[in-house]
Amino acid sequence: MQLVLEKRAERSNTIALISPLIAIGLTIATMVILFAILGKNPLLALHAYFIAPLTDSYSLQEIAVKATPLVMIAIGLSLCYLANAWNIGAEGQFLIGAVAGSWIAVKTQGTDAGVWVLPVMLVLAAAAGALYALIPAICKVKFGASEILTSLMLVYVADLFLDYLVRGPWRDPHGFNFPTTAEFDPVATVPLLIEGGRLHLGSIIALLVIAGAAILLGRTIKGFEIRVVGAAPRAARFGGFNSNQLIILTFAVSGALAGLAGIIEVAGPVGHLQPGISPGYGFTAIIVAFLGRLNPLGILIAGLFLALTFIGGEQAQIAMKIPLDVTKVFQGILLFYVLACDSLILYRFKLVFPNRQVARGTH
Amino acid sequence: MELIEAIILAVLAASTPLLIAATGELVTERSGVLNLGVEGMMIVGAACGFAGAWLTGSIFIGALFGIIAGTLMSLVFALMALGLAVNQVATGLALTILGVGLSGLIGAGFVGERITPATHLYIPGLTDIPLIGRVLFGEDAFVYFSLALVAGVWWFLYRTRPGLILRACGDNHVSAHALGYPVLRIRTFAVMFGGACAGLAGAYLPLAYTPFFIPGMTAGRGWIALALVVFSSWRPGRLVVGAYLFGAVTILQLHAQGWGVGIPSQLMSALPYLATVVVLVLLSRARTGGSTAPAALGTVFVPDR
Repeated sequence: MQLVLEKRAERSNTIALISPLIAIGLTIATMVILFAILGKNPLLALHAYFIAPLTDSYSLQEIAVKATPLVMIAIGLSLCYLANAWNIGAEGQFLIGAVAGSWIAVKTQGTDAGVWVLPVMLVLAAAAGALYALIPAICKVKFGASEILTSLMLVYVADLFLDYLVRGPWRDPHGFNFPTTAEFDPVATVPLLIEGGRLHLGSIIALLVIAGAAILLGRTIKGFEIRVVGAAPRAARFGGFNSNQLIILTFAVSGALAGLAGIIEVAGPVGHLQPGISPGYGFTAIIVAFLGRLNPLGILIAGLFLALTFIGGEQAQIAMKIPLDVTKVFQGILLFYVLACDSLILYRFKLVFPNRQVARGTH
Repeated sequence: MELIEAIILAVLAASTPLLIAATGELVTERSGVLNLGVEGMMIVGAACGFAGAWLTGSIFIGALFGIIAGTLMSLVFALMALGLAVNQVATGLALTILGVGLSGLIGAGFVGERITPATHLYIPGLTDIPLIGRVLFGEDAFVYFSLALVAGVWWFLYRTRPGLILRACGDNHVSAHALGYPVLRIRTFAVMFGGACAGLAGAYLPLAYTPFFIPGMTAGRGWIALALVVFSSWRPGRLVVGAYLFGAVTILQLHAQGWGVGIPSQLMSALPYLATVVVLVLLSRARTGGSTAPAALGTVFVPDR
């Protein structure tokens, strides 16, 4: 018996729509088995993961807070992936954005700097993220170096750079030797949307980014070029589209969004620069991009879902002592199922029995 | 002299996991498959390798656990990328994300535990020769194994018929299929070999390099191994040179910290990653025009029947 793929005459739109749901269903089924192996009650665990965070306002806000960076990064990544450019270093661009924006916050600390501080921080962070993403993009276009490997190597470099700053020049003198900058001044902080809550302005920016991406992809020639270069490189060449230029562009946009997400996270929920500001947002955003089928609206939904798994994971850890790494396993398995179900869009799965095959061949 | 000897020993130890993982990936890529999940397979290999050695007290069984773990991970990749024809880049990333989580989960109970690391060879007389004695006759078994592995892979790829067929699959899967070779089956074996090597390379870290397990202990070595395959232009001989060069950069970084050079330690730690970027750029630049990569590398193959 053998599994064989048969190409569909045309891509199945029905399956394209329901395949993320199948993937989520299969992931949850797999998690039930994993919980059972870990000796935890699967039903209670699923409740802690997926239901409990939805039942109170604090967790709901927290989901939106966590989804904000995920969605912003994933939108940028989806542009890259649509254009067949593999930026997987968003984590590094996120960190560099956080560093660049924090620079202003640290320098203006305690001075009577005005309301210009936060906008400048945001712009600088986006610019730094874009420049950092341009390194692998230019290495790819000019020298043909694999953007996958170079963008990823730069994640480690960014991580070490941030570490150096908060342990060295930027360390808070009153921070009891912890590797962190001082708390940012109020003018260097992303304002809250609800007084005393967790929801902040960044979530609105994320929604604007989604709208912008939807317009870019659906209504502009650039968006059309991005999609054609990725889907049909030969056609794009005949059409005179410059794929190198698109690699540069999509990397720059993607880096800018990741950088922006970085400073929003630091100047918002975290409040100061320190190591470990990202629980792997840059990598989880890859899953968000694929789960959302590289589509702005899909990415919003996928971002909220992945944020739910982060919050649920924390609740499950507190309530049931389920290790936090289970969340990462969950996310990895989810990406596998998403990709596998995508295969159904283009192919039909068939079980073939080799013996009968041979018999038929002898006619 | 003592210092030079110590440095050479340290370089060999730092290079060995890179060499083993890269050799496996070289075979995988030669068959036409790009498995970006090396880091994921390595990190699970590290956790399982340590668990195996800690539970049984045997380094050998630990290494075996690492190999089995890496192979199982690679089978998941093969099922996806070969069986279901899913994009290889995305599948490889998924494998790494899953691997990091699994490694943390498996290794959680072993953080803080210690084992007796792999012993070094000692041949009375030979190992005592100054300077070269310990370098040639005083390594742990993994170091010798890694060199034998590269030699074996070279011999297999260039001197045997199955090796020729494997390379043919990597260069033109349509022709190989037309000649009647089972492309997908050959690729599956190549992927499994790569997984076994990555698992072993990961296991080397807690079994011989440091005698304990910490989460995330591969620290990007799997990605550097991938870069090394590009560096070597997919040739086993150059892989040895590349791996030792990178091992040297890693050790330089450690020693510079010890010597108290006035450079931030983080900059020194960033060296291997920066070196990888520079090397990739220089090599890709030297090759502009004709790539030496296997022609079918990373492309999906669905046999037409």
